[in-house]
Amino acid sequence: MFAFLVRRVAYGLAILAGINLATFLLFFQVNSPDDMARLQLGGKRVTAAAIQQWKAERGYDRPSFFNGRADGIDKLTDTVFFDSSVRMFAFDFGRADSGRDIASEVARRAGPSLALALPVFIVGLGLSITIALGLAFFRGTYLDFWGVTVLVAMMSISALFFIVAGQFVLARVLQLMPISGFESGADAWRFLLLPIAVSVVARLGPEARFYRTLFLEEIGKDYVRTARSKGLSEPVVLFRHVLRNALIPILTTSVAFIPLLFMGSLITESFFSIPGLGNYLIEAIGAQDFAIVRAMVFIGSVLYIIGLILTDISYSWADPRIRLQ
Amino acid sequence: MKPVFLLTDLFLFALVIAGAFYIRYVLRAPQLRANWRLALQRPAAAVSAVVLGFFLLVALADSLHYRRAGPPDPKTGARVWAVETRSALDFVLGPIAAAQERTYSSPLAWLGFRKETFERDGKVVRDYPRLKYGGAHLSDPDSQWAGDVAWRSLAGLAGGALAWALGALAILAVLAKRSGESFGAMLRRVARGRTQYPVRSMLLAAGALALAIGAALALSTGYHVFGTDKVGASVLVAAVKSIRTALVIGSLTTLVVLPLAVAFGVTAGYFRGWIDEAIQYVYTLLASIPDVLLIAAAVLLLQVKIDTNPELFETALERGDARLFFLCLILGITSFTGLCRLVRGETMKLRELEYIQAAHAFGVRASRVLVRHILPNVAPIVLISTVLQFSNFVLAEAVLSYVGVGVDPKTHSFGVMINTARLELAAEPVIWWSLAAAFVFMFLIVLPANLFADAVRDAFDPRARLRSPAVPAGTAAT
Repeated sequence: MFAFLVRRVAYGLAILAGINLATFLLFFQVNSPDDMARLQLGGKRVTAAAIQQWKAERGYDRPSFFNGRADGIDKLTDTVFFDSSVRMFAFDFGRADSGRDIASEVARRAGPSLALALPVFIVGLGLSITIALGLAFFRGTYLDFWGVTVLVAMMSISALFFIVAGQFVLARVLQLMPISGFESGADAWRFLLLPIAVSVVARLGPEARFYRTLFLEEIGKDYVRTARSKGLSEPVVLFRHVLRNALIPILTTSVAFIPLLFMGSLITESFFSIPGLGNYLIEAIGAQDFAIVRAMVFIGSVLYIIGLILTDISYSWADPRIRLQ
Repeated sequence: MKPVFLLTDLFLFALVIAGAFYIRYVLRAPQLRANWRLALQRPAAAVSAVVLGFFLLVALADSLHYRRAGPPDPKTGARVWAVETRSALDFVLGPIAAAQERTYSSPLAWLGFRKETFERDGKVVRDYPRLKYGGAHLSDPDSQWAGDVAWRSLAGLAGGALAWALGALAILAVLAKRSGESFGAMLRRVARGRTQYPVRSMLLAAGALALAIGAALALSTGYHVFGTDKVGASVLVAAVKSIRTALVIGSLTTLVVLPLAVAFGVTAGYFRGWIDEAIQYVYTLLASIPDVLLIAAAVLLLQVKIDTNPELFETALERGDARLFFLCLILGITSFTGLCRLVRGETMKLRELEYIQAAHAFGVRASRVLVRHILPNVAPIVLISTVLQFSNFVLAEAVLSYVGVGVDPKTHSFGVMINTARLELAAEPVIWWSLAAAFVFMFLIVLPANLFADAVRDAFDPRARLRSPAVPAGTAAT
């Protein structure tokens, strides 16, 4: 187990190094800091001196990989690559164009993001499983047919529609809750209720339908037939035998998404003006702040890799036949 | 007139030609043919195919671009081409698009949306102004409007019904001739739904389309059917023009995904060893970066390139098109990993089977084993996940455009429509029609795509057939 973890973490680091190098090449080689400066300062009428100053402020005027003018170890560390890439592994992301420290900003915004994403994840998963189980119980009936039809229709509707419609009907026409905004502390739930509800509804279609097929696949297996031939009633077969076995793949795959919950959700946060990480990213893209985008790419990848490792662990925990080696 | 071939035009037409070759191939391969027949025998799938086919025609008409000849250069007398690139669809929609108001107006309105100060009968008044085109032909709108709208829609419905009836008769005649029956017998068979393919459902779907188009066209002669947007442009035109963008995103991205996923997946699964390790590393790396972030980074970089090299593109349309093409490319690169993993797993399973080992024993070369034995056997899962992904790409475009990393803001697309219209919902009174049109059109594309994909999956994956909802007796006969 320990050896497995070490190997997986090492592989994760290798992946991260690759991502880091790839984004560095994208941002600094394919696209030169000069281009960035011109875009930031605006248009073609930018003087060379202004560009030089912009680069100097950010330290982009140094050589990319190897600084011949520096001494000793500084030959490698006093470079753009070291400054903007290697330091990321210590979660030091430098400063945004607005001058704020990116790492502390990220830490501050992770809270609101999580306050939205975690309930959506739990409620969404629970509701999807419940609906899927219900449809599987009534399989082959009109209820199943129309249930699946509604789910397919729901997955054909853009998530943006659910947000817009929810905001309009619940917050504006019925005035049940605030349209958007956020408040930290105990009052946050008033602002979070609507975005949570809307996000849960938006993901219900594809998820419930997928879980329904998982349940039906499970129902076709031999142990279910055995259970039925023992004389167990259908609800007992479904809830005690099928549910437990089908939950294993559902939960183990869901584990992969838990770390990513920190990243927040782009669209929902931006529509409801929740000051989370998703909103941060959208603002960064709008302001074309490359430092933030790169930092978020890095954080997102770290979380994804953690999710992969967690999945492996949960697999072996749920199914004793799988041994980690 | 000078034809213009945009990048995405060429790929769209190439895709249609490739599709034609695939159909020819299917017709000659009995097993594939049987599967497709199974898929299309489902009424929902057949109806979806009709609707999607119609949208494809619209997209193709919107892909025939040309530039008109402008006035010749006064000095040299040389021919000069107009700056504006138009498509065949623009030509058809020309009269509707030309009727541009000054600003917002609600669907079928004859009055402006907001009060303005203007002069009437020598007095300065503050009232809703009459629109320049919408209902301009009415002398006394208050009493005439309802009747005029009703009359125009009836005429449009009748026109649509007539066109549909003629088309339906022609199709029935062809069907009757092919099966050697009399026309009456064929008509009865279709009307009772006793045909191999659900012809009746398909004809009904085509009829609904014809009626809707007829009514929309007839009303467009005097009104703005879906109202106008902030600059007074018709929302109907914007929605219809967005169809091409949606289909291009859906299909072109697939074109990027397919070769990448199949080539990498099959090589990794078949050769194993360090090749497998390297390919796995690459796709894990790509999968690790959250999709939106990778797309955002790439599109930001592209925007820098476009802004710093304006000389690369002759017209604004070409610039927007290049961005659309690039978006498909990067969307494809971020989303091929899932299919790649699937293909790799399937190939690993296949290579251990006896008939492949027999091929090895006979000394068949690896390349030949791949082409003859592996590829045809991974084809079904590739096809299934391809059609399943199409609608995801269409939906993704809207989200990406909202985030600001989608298509060029000047390109017509549902995402751009939603993005520009979302603040209008906060206006008082509400401006709902742009959003409604965008969402309705998107739904009309994505729902058939999903239904069609379901049918294809059920037909090609025998395991899936057990899982799809059994249609209770009685509902099947539609």
